[in-house]
Amino acid sequence: MNVDLSTLDLSRPGDLLIALAPELVLTTTALLVLIVVAWRHRTPQDLRLAGWVTLAGLGAAGLAAWFLWWQAAHAPGIAAMIAVDDFRFVADWLFLGTAGLTVLVSFEYLEREALLVPEYFALLLFATLGMMLMAGAQDLMVLFLGLELMSVAVYVLAGINRRSAAAAEAALKYFLLGAFASGFLLYGIALVYGATATTNLTLIGVQVATLGLQHNTMLLIGLGLLLVGFGFKVAAVPFHMWAPDVYDGSPTPVTGYMATAVKAAAFAALFRVLGEAFDAVPAWHAVVWWLAVATMVVGNLIALAQRTLKRMLAYSSIAHAGYLLVAVAVGTAVGSAAFLFYLVAYTLMTLAAFALLAAKGTDGERDVSIDDLAGLAQRRPWLAFALAVCMLSLLGIPGTAGFIGKWYILVAATATGQGLLAAVLVLASVISAGYYLPVIMAMYMQPEPSEQAHAGMRLGRLGAAVVAASVAGLLFFGVRPNRLLDIARTSGASVRAAPAVSSDAPPAPREPTGR
Amino acid sequence: MLLGPALFVSAALFTLGVFGVLLRRNAIVIFMCVELMLNAVNLTFVALAQRLGVAGQLFVFFVMAVAAAEAAVGLAIILAIYRHRGTVNLQNINLLKG
Repeated sequence: MNVDLSTLDLSRPGDLLIALAPELVLTTTALLVLIVVAWRHRTPQDLRLAGWVTLAGLGAAGLAAWFLWWQAAHAPGIAAMIAVDDFRFVADWLFLGTAGLTVLVSFEYLEREALLVPEYFALLLFATLGMMLMAGAQDLMVLFLGLELMSVAVYVLAGINRRSAAAAEAALKYFLLGAFASGFLLYGIALVYGATATTNLTLIGVQVATLGLQHNTMLLIGLGLLLVGFGFKVAAVPFHMWAPDVYDGSPTPVTGYMATAVKAAAFAALFRVLGEAFDAVPAWHAVVWWLAVATMVVGNLIALAQRTLKRMLAYSSIAHAGYLLVAVAVGTAVGSAAFLFYLVAYTLMTLAAFALLAAKGTDGERDVSIDDLAGLAQRRPWLAFALAVCMLSLLGIPGTAGFIGKWYILVAATATGQGLLAAVLVLASVISAGYYLPVIMAMYMQPEPSEQAHAGMRLGRLGAAVVAASVAGLLFFGVRPNRLLDIARTSGASVRAAPAVSSDAPPAPREPTGR
Repeated sequence: MLLGPALFVSAALFTLGVFGVLLRRNAIVIFMCVELMLNAVNLTFVALAQRLGVAGQLFVFFVMAVAAAEAAVGLAIILAIYRHRGTVNLQNINLLKG
């Protein structure tokens, strides 16, 4: 391929198609899956067929994203609708990887629960596509469309089990609160557009800096409404009340997907919006600061009171949104590297924990309490080990990726003088030991209540592979984080660099190949 | 058209929608209030587009399409919950509590 990808001109259709290659591949696959399942949607074989086509599409999209990243694709020149930078490609990998692992876990789950709905996979693809558009959006219009594409697909996924009253209720709550949040986000976009006369993130940044809009009332109200909308999407306290109910009622693989990829996408979009458009506005730092503190403290305290594993993990994911908000609040190059690293670590540990939970329970896993895990280590030592690693990583014990991620967030916070925020983070992590460690104690220190206590726990080959890969990743990144951190650092910096586009000077030359 | 009054009306409509969502208990009414919020935003966009160019009007079309998609999915979900519970009143829908 002799096209120079480092100087894409997005006003030319050919270059735009190249820049959008991962999204286009995924769209094609999703439509293909829809056509296939229109004819074949009755037997478990049809389900598997749709699933493998989905996996192939995810892999191809990942390959396209990798190719663009490897060629250091870049689009200098005027601001466009879609960003072409490392941040987008790395976020794409995260979403595609999460979706792939979710597909693998879903195979066995859907068959066990007799949910013969191959449309599940098409919805998963569309949701992933929406996330990729969110992470790559350079314009608030694309951001909004990506967010809605993701949300509408996930509303359906939450209620995909039509026989379950709890799933229907979860879908209803998710839909009503999600649409409510979209309204806030949209009004925020409208007011920002009113203040700056543009919806392009780069141009908003330029307008704010040149026109001195830092204290413009309309812009600040718009920014506040944007933060409320994003606060709902990432389940930050005080906008978190939907999350535990929705996570509780949804099918467990979908819960895992919502707690990781959906949250990661909202965070990626939030990060880009704040970094590119509102870098010059100091007001949001204080707001995000308070959101982070409230989310960490409240999420961890309520998680202490939970008896069932699924709700405990739901509140734990709220608490982790707080840790990620710390990295956003810090808002420097160091913060962005820590942010991306933690996002990867959090995704791996949460996905594996939900996959293990899906193996343990039946009927939505709403009944699995922490005491039900008693004696698991004697009966199923490997499963107990995997769950223990997930819990320790969520807690942030050295040797796991969760520790490294938290460590970098702490370093970033203290380096920018946010000592108080770092202290709250440490305290919140100490509180979290109060609900992560009982899981391990139940598995390793309590006797089995009966011979048959764990007889129903089944994890098929694919599910086991997902869990093994996630746990291996957690331990590997816990010991050797350097490579991942380098990628996180360069891609985080690519978001920061964008506003310089306004000048006419050519961008700094970059190595076209050879990473 | 005057920009100020139009923005004021849309802000009032949006606030009305927010309070409707927070205070009402019927799922259909809540959904209608959400739609009111979205249409208040549309009014803002149209009003601003008079001064700022055509992008605002473009945005309105996207919002309408998205609202239609949301309505299709949302009403299906409300129908599903009605089949299970025989009501769409959120006070009676409380399986999930923590």
